[in-house]
Amino acid sequence: MKMKYLKDVTTLAFHAERCVGCGLCAEVCPHGVFHVESGKAQVVDKDLCMECGACKMNCPEEAIEVNAGVGCAVAIIMSWITGKEPSCGCSDDGGCC
Amino acid sequence: MSTGDCCCEANNSCCSNKAVKTVSTTLTFEDICGAWKARWGIGRMDYIVNPGLYAVGSPNSDSPVLVSANYKLTFDTLRKNLSGLDCWLLILNTKGVNVWCAAGKGTFGTDELIYQIKAVGLSETVTHRKLILPQLGAPGVRAHEVRKSTGFSVMYGPVRASDIKTFISSGYKATKEMRTVKFTLWDRLVLTPMELVESAKVSLMVFGVLFLLNLVAVRPFGLEDFLAYAASVFIGAVVTPALLPVIPGKAFAFKGWLLGAIGTACIAWSYGWFSSPFLLLGVGYMLVLPAHSAFLAMNFTGASTYTSPSGVLKEMKIAIPLIVFSFVVGMLLILMKTFMG
Ligand code: SF4
Ligand code: SF4
Repeated sequence: MKMKYLKDVTTLAFHAERCVGCGLCAEVCPHGVFHVESGKAQVVDKDLCMECGACKMNCPEEAIEVNAGVGCAVAIIMSWITGKEPSCGCSDDGGCC
Repeated sequence: MSTGDCCCEANNSCCSNKAVKTVSTTLTFEDICGAWKARWGIGRMDYIVNPGLYAVGSPNSDSPVLVSANYKLTFDTLRKNLSGLDCWLLILNTKGVNVWCAAGKGTFGTDELIYQIKAVGLSETVTHRKLILPQLGAPGVRAHEVRKSTGFSVMYGPVRASDIKTFISSGYKATKEMRTVKFTLWDRLVLTPMELVESAKVSLMVFGVLFLLNLVAVRPFGLEDFLAYAASVFIGAVVTPALLPVIPGKAFAFKGWLLGAIGTACIAWSYGWFSSPFLLLGVGYMLVLPAHSAFLAMNFTGASTYTSPSGVLKEMKIAIPLIVFSFVVGMLLILMKTFMG
């Protein structure tokens, strides 16, 4: 069963006229949001998008826009407190190897 | 966390060194023990491997190159799944963060990849011009930019390391199944220790305050209160994540609140907190504890693999005011009981 989060919240926007059908968006998306058929990508299910930004980063034609970020409540609370951009808490910044 | 003995500026890793090390594909007892410790947050920040080029088996100039992060858990999972293969591993300096989180931060990214390709002299080591990146690294990497500045074309491999062998042997084809992130019961359970450790830190402070209150209380906090509290932690940080797909609702906070309310009601009822002398306590805990579970469950959005930041923000805007309100009112009722008996 595919778990779905809230409906109609993602900032994903797809400009079909720029798409050249290279297929990379469908390759990188971890939730199968894109499907490429006969030389064009299409959005299959927008509500599955987690705004990771992989599609936007890898689209050579800049046909995709999305406000990428971390979907993490703690990170968002920290950003409210510190006034910085939310960032994933898996490690402290400034950490050294 | 320790600062280690070397400097890691954003994109240049002085810890990489040019000599290629060979790695084994079997994990030792120490590796497994270390993995367990990292899950519980013990010495997690020191759990790294040096960036650079590694050899698995006996690779030659035709062998595939896999790219990964320098978090040791990631590295171990990868090499464990490469037994019998001859290939190269190019380890980026992600400061000990796994591929997914590092890609989000941009440390597993275009610049670091380009830097490492040049630093290890990859174009002299192999004759082909292909790199296999984990698909989860894609949010940090612009494949076309890497090709432009190094000549190496990026191929995104499967999401899970266990599919890599199939991916390579099928001529670099990943099925849709191999491309999709899942969030299985097991995936969710291995993440819960971290949630527990986090809330244990807060709990210690809570216990400190309660201890002080007990000095002047008419009805001191006791074992029953502790158990009710512990249950709300367990429900929010372990049970809710584990049962995530089957609990009604979509918002994590709601799911946590629902289970928290059921759990607290059972406990309060069994202690007789719903009858006259204790009613204040019962109602107070019904307001405080489910709200607490809701908050912990909401924090699990950070560990989940399908929540979008826009969605989490929307959930928080509704949930946090409710949680705070419920918590404060409930706390007042409990304190009334504590000081007035
Ligand atoms: S942002 Fe991520 S989840 Fe959303 S469509 Fe793009 S690749 Fe898929
Ligand atoms: S990556 Fe861009 S150009 Fe390629 S198929 Fe997707 S939208 Fe079209």
